[in-house]
Amino acid sequence: MALKLKLHTKPEVPLEADCICPDRMQSLSLAEIENLTVFHGNRQVPLKDFFECSGDFDGEIDVEGDLVDVKHIASAMSFGKITVSGNVGVHTGAAMSGGEIIIEGDASDWVGPEMLGGRITIKGNAGHMVGSGYRGSTIGMQGGEIIVHGNVKNETGHVMRRGLIVIGGNSGDFTGVNMVAGTIIVLGEMGIRPGAGMKRGSIICQTKSELLPTFTKSCDYQPSFLRHYFKYLQSLGLTISDSLMNSPFERWCGDSIELNRGEILLYAGK
Amino acid sequence: MKIKSTTVVDTFAEAFKMYGSRVIITAETKEWAMAAAQSITGFATSVIGCKCEAGIEAIIDADESPDLRPGVSVLIFAMDAESLGKRLMERIGQCVMTCPTTACYNGLSSGSPVIVGGQLRYFGDGHQISKVLGESKLWRIPVMDGEFLVDDKFNLQESVGGGNLLILGKDQKATLKAASAATKAMRELSDIILPFPNGVVRSGSKVGSKYKKLIASTNDAYCPTLRGVVENSELDDGINSVLEIVIDGLTLEAVEQAMRVGAIAAAKPGIKKISAGNYGGGLGQYHIHLHKLGLEA
Repeated sequence: MALKLKLHTKPEVPLEADCICPDRMQSLSLAEIENLTVFHGNRQVPLKDFFECSGDFDGEIDVEGDLVDVKHIASAMSFGKITVSGNVGVHTGAAMSGGEIIIEGDASDWVGPEMLGGRITIKGNAGHMVGSGYRGSTIGMQGGEIIVHGNVKNETGHVMRRGLIVIGGNSGDFTGVNMVAGTIIVLGEMGIRPGAGMKRGSIICQTKSELLPTFTKSCDYQPSFLRHYFKYLQSLGLTISDSLMNSPFERWCGDSIELNRGEILLYAGK
Repeated sequence: MKIKSTTVVDTFAEAFKMYGSRVIITAETKEWAMAAAQSITGFATSVIGCKCEAGIEAIIDADESPDLRPGVSVLIFAMDAESLGKRLMERIGQCVMTCPTTACYNGLSSGSPVIVGGQLRYFGDGHQISKVLGESKLWRIPVMDGEFLVDDKFNLQESVGGGNLLILGKDQKATLKAASAATKAMRELSDIILPFPNGVVRSGSKVGSKYKKLIASTNDAYCPTLRGVVENSELDDGINSVLEIVIDGLTLEAVEQAMRVGAIAAAKPGIKKISAGNYGGGLGQYHIHLHKLGLEA
């Protein structure tokens, strides 16, 4: 039976709850879990002041409520599964290295910053800086997967080095900015300046997009590797049309102000 | 023991421990996938002279292939893991990467991995790109028609080589017909290949020769023209043609099943005996007794 946490009191100021994580809750009794410390603003309070706890921890945690003001859920998570039936606040899954997080609602900014492994699935929308590095970091996401079924805002995959980010809807500006490597797939539209400053890596978009002049068109072709990704995305419940699966893509290489080893693949079908 | 009017000799096939791998080749059309599959399995009938044994295992429909394109599954066997790794490198590099539109994937989920794509990537001269998706790592190597996509690693597993059937017939026509029926039935099975031309070998061999340089020579005991010449002929009067079917498989069970299916299919009018080749039992790790295959059922 999974451990169940139900938000019974909405925090007045953001609540830092990095203790909502399998790594922190394993081998604890229900009473010990209830007394784990969270930060309500600058005050330390027990988890039970905000969450009603029940069940036993068996590797899975089900969280219920609108957690839009709850930060750092599943930070540094390395195993297990967390399912949130609602929205989540910033820094969800920060530096996560394993396991799975499923958010049934929307996520705020900074989903999976500097993530190392595992998978985060957002059924709704997400904010800015999905899978990014913190300000000043030269390396962001280093592994794992972030799957957002809806839209995201700006700077998705900033300084990303490895892993997969999939956006089912649209992404904001500067998608993959300063990307080092890895793969970003946008099934909707991208905002302006995707791939600005990218060194390596792949940004794939289902729609045409205006690129920076520091990107050069290589060719139109059908990349075999994309079929693997699309097949995988279908298995995750995302809609991939036959026309997308079998479409040619424009390959643009860049960013020439950096290594020029990155690529943006834009749908070239009719 | 008999199957219909065909006698099943109370003997065994002497099979050997080998290492095997499954290579999945896909392409834009099934014709191009087959072209690469035929190329990679070329000159690979016997380890005696070819360094490996290879054959086409199955045709793969597009909706079941790794990249949703038509594909062909190929099995390749060698006597040891190191040798098999080299053969995969050579053959995928020369026969699959060169073939238009193809991609090449590891087809075994278990076994010990050997780096193949991770070596072939150097052909990309620094322009190669790796992609990691889940547990798999793929290399994208730029080529003149786009990209060659290949798995970083291919798995090898202990396998069984040299399972065999000998079909002893009254004449060449009847024996060939029986051998064709047997190979047709055996090709429906998975996890096995028949590495010889169209699955059949006429030049079965014995170990050694009167010539010191040769490690193998003609299986004179089964050559109809040598009955009355050699002392150890296994051919009765009225047997005028012998054909052999060699089976390599990923498991002993797969080889046994293929021998069972093949023997039943080969037992046709004009086939006097079905036997199997062995070397006295001292060389091979596996002895597959014909009478223990469940042929009477």
